[in-house]
Amino acid sequence: MTDGMPSGTTEPADGASTEAPSAGRSERRGSSGFGRYLLKHVGGAAVSLLLVLFSSFFIFRLIAGDPIDQLTKERPVTPEQREAMRAELGLDKPLWAQFVDYITGTLSGDLGSSFQFRRPIFDLIVERLPATLLLSGTGMVLAVLLGFWIGTRSGWRQGSRFDKGHVATGLLLYSAPTFWLGMIVILVFARYLGLFPVNGMRSPDTPPEFWPQAVDIGYHLVLPVLTYTAVVYAGYLMIMRSSLLDEIGSDYLTTARAKGLRDDEVRTKHAVPNALLPTVTLVFLALGGVVNGSIVTETVFSWPGLGSLFVQSIFYPDRPVLQALFVLFSSSTILAVLGAEILYWFIDPRIRRSG
Amino acid sequence: MTLLEFKDLRVTYTGSRGRLPALRGVDLTVEAGRTLGIAGESGCGKSTLAMAVLRLLPKTAEVSGEILLDGEDLLAMGWGRLRAVRWTGASIVFQGAMHSLNAVHRIGRQVAEPILVHEKGTTPAQAAKRAEALLERVGLPASRMRSYPHELSGGQRQRVMIAMALACDPQLVIADEATTALDVMVQAQVLQLISGLVTERGVGLMMISHDLSVLSSVCDEAAVMYAGRVVERGPAHEVFANARHPYSAALGAAFPVIGDPAARKNPGGLAGDPPDPVRLPEGCSFRPRCAVAVERCGEDSPELLEVGPKRVSACFVAQEGMPVVL
Amino acid sequence: MTTTPISPRALRWARRRQSFTRSWNAYRSQRTGMIGLVLLGAIVILALAAPLLIDQSQLSVTQATGERMAPPSAGYPLGTDEVGRSILALTLWGSRLSLLIGLTATVVAIVIGTALGVTSGHIGGWYGWVALRVSDWFMVLPSLVVAIALLAVLGRSMSTTIIVIALVSWSGTTRLVRAQTLTVQARPYLERARALGAGHWHQMSKHILPNVLPLVLASATLLVPSAILMESSLAWLGLGDPNVVSWGSILNRASNNGAVSAHAWWYLLPPGLAILLVVLAFMMCGRALEAVFNPRLRGEQG
Repeated sequence: MTDGMPSGTTEPADGASTEAPSAGRSERRGSSGFGRYLLKHVGGAAVSLLLVLFSSFFIFRLIAGDPIDQLTKERPVTPEQREAMRAELGLDKPLWAQFVDYITGTLSGDLGSSFQFRRPIFDLIVERLPATLLLSGTGMVLAVLLGFWIGTRSGWRQGSRFDKGHVATGLLLYSAPTFWLGMIVILVFARYLGLFPVNGMRSPDTPPEFWPQAVDIGYHLVLPVLTYTAVVYAGYLMIMRSSLLDEIGSDYLTTARAKGLRDDEVRTKHAVPNALLPTVTLVFLALGGVVNGSIVTETVFSWPGLGSLFVQSIFYPDRPVLQALFVLFSSSTILAVLGAEILYWFIDPRIRRSG
Repeated sequence: MTLLEFKDLRVTYTGSRGRLPALRGVDLTVEAGRTLGIAGESGCGKSTLAMAVLRLLPKTAEVSGEILLDGEDLLAMGWGRLRAVRWTGASIVFQGAMHSLNAVHRIGRQVAEPILVHEKGTTPAQAAKRAEALLERVGLPASRMRSYPHELSGGQRQRVMIAMALACDPQLVIADEATTALDVMVQAQVLQLISGLVTERGVGLMMISHDLSVLSSVCDEAAVMYAGRVVERGPAHEVFANARHPYSAALGAAFPVIGDPAARKNPGGLAGDPPDPVRLPEGCSFRPRCAVAVERCGEDSPELLEVGPKRVSACFVAQEGMPVVL
Repeated sequence: MTTTPISPRALRWARRRQSFTRSWNAYRSQRTGMIGLVLLGAIVILALAAPLLIDQSQLSVTQATGERMAPPSAGYPLGTDEVGRSILALTLWGSRLSLLIGLTATVVAIVIGTALGVTSGHIGGWYGWVALRVSDWFMVLPSLVVAIALLAVLGRSMSTTIIVIALVSWSGTTRLVRAQTLTVQARPYLERARALGAGHWHQMSKHILPNVLPLVLASATLLVPSAILMESSLAWLGLGDPNVVSWGSILNRASNNGAVSAHAWWYLLPPGLAILLVVLAFMMCGRALEAVFNPRLRGEQG
């Protein structure tokens, strides 16, 4: 029908008479656009999660071999006993049925039982999750704040002494292996200077009341958080710096300057909000690195979280725990990315145009 | 009364290829309430001129000469005073409004921003009210206050830029290729709006365009720039209709007047490229592309001299009283 | 005098040489890049020359001659480990393994990534979509978790380490190469090649690949340091090949034998600083290369 009309699609009609309908149209498009956007990304995340379950089944059931060998490695068992155990664990069923069992079990929170602790893995995770969230949450907030704060100033004054100094420091810390940095931090601040505890999360002799406990935990938290932040912040610094560099020289900044805004107002009110948007996804995408960092940091400082549980389970070997944590860590990064995509819709008006 | 005056303005950029002169001694004036058009190809220095007024040039630019706004030298001002003059003394309607508006702020906030910056004591509600009135004045409904730039058409965005430029009642508005990216119909509407507002509010307008025909329809006076210099100046319609510099003639011919059959049969134009600012030719910088050049053009650089009533031209041929078009 | 006609092949090589010279000049103007290159050269030479400098027998646990966990002395300039071996010898020999694993894993990752990137960009359709989704999936997963899980079930050896590191590193390259392939595809000369009847293989190998390679090399330079860091983390966790000495495995022994509580700084500093220096050198080179091949960043010199 519109074949005969050569123009009129790129430039909406100008002038006051067509305003109202055009505004209404764009709002309607907005709400249905969000539904489609949400569906697309939730669907993508669901497929990714399914892929995680599938690959964990593949790695731990197929490559790893018969779990009965694992369970019975210390004691001799008769073939009849083996068969009984197989039936109990559902291993006598065909592979696809095992896979379905695995998925339904995982989705309903039944993660199996730990070999080393002889307890349900779900309980273990619930018990250790707060420690991990405390360490990586504190470290992440600090790293993001520090990285963004320095990154924006660095990018705004590219080539200045501030910029060069911070880029060099960031690059240096980024190049240091996390575990080694942790060992050096322990050596200097705990062993030589004796300022902080060497490892763990609490001292045994602390009174059980809330405040003494909180102070004790905070005291134990300092060195791990320091290590963790030092390694992670440099990445955020670089991300923020380069996305601010992308904005420098943009026309809207010239407009802001022409309006008579101060240099720091141009930066904080105009450049940073624009630079922040592409950064949001990158920050969430970098979450894989954050999980890596927390695994290593918890191990160096014997922090009783999920990361150290994961490493502890390697050598036992406690495969059900490894498998459960593999699924948990992987799905948390996938869900974080999904969260970022949903957040992005609300903070970036530009994305709504394309849907 | 003289509103804006450039006195021997020179701007030099330093790039990887050495020193690039962008403006090589420009003298121009804009009278209060009058409109001056500046024409030229891209690279002739006309945008540098616009940016120089509010000192928006990159830090690497060396600027000399004087820019007097209401008698006060902008180049000698301290930063505090300069910020106060920006947008209240002179404001700019930038080219390419898509990128000149902040993509993540709503229109209302962007129009109200200069009011809040310059008029201390104004509440956000008052500023919003005024922004609404400004938007309505340029033909946009108040509901557009809550829109984002990408939700607007090119013409609407340019209207927003105009409303924003008028926010602090400046004495001078600089329109830098304000209509270039728009299609012809919208361009006409926006031009009409600009000239209407200029008369209504009595502000001075400096309008920059590569399109001499646009300038002749809006402006009182026109100046043509080539390679960082003014090469001709005079009443706008006369410069367009009866050029006294071969470059102005070629520039005028490049944009045929709609409905003029002669222009359709003989679309003018200019061969060659603007000169490389690092290696400007000896003598008149237009000589390599000039059809009427004489021997003297390769030796001396022509000064701007009177060639008629209110007309000046930097062309030896025109100064001799000879025709500049073959 | 007769002029010999220039063969297309010679012309192509001349053009490549010319563009290489141009890139090299752009690279040379960046001080950090040159510092990184010199540093890297020195480390590689030391790693190659290790057998000439220190005999391999010094790595043997049973033939160790020094005192246990002794601070630096004339005989042992960097001190000794818990069985009396020279830390200097261990660190020097460790460089060979760390570099070897880092480089090999990167090469494997780059080959997988480039192959998938070019084919998914060129062929597109369902195949391209699936390849993109899979690489996105790998990009999001926490690499250390995947690597640990795989090594825990596959068993520890040099080859499994390399495979596992490559498996968690290829996805970024696919994304980069795919984007570049799509850009090259849109260029007129490829359209001309298609119109002249060039097959997929010809288009990919003769037109697309030469165009994406510089970018791939630049990104590979940034992949090596993360592969080295990954290897050292895995080895420190005890997942490295138990029969070889790498920087990570030295630090693993240091941890397990109480070097931190013994204040044995000489045991910790050399291998750790070695990792830091190599990673830093690669990062400096990689950033400089990125600035050469990515004109948007060209302002960043310094």
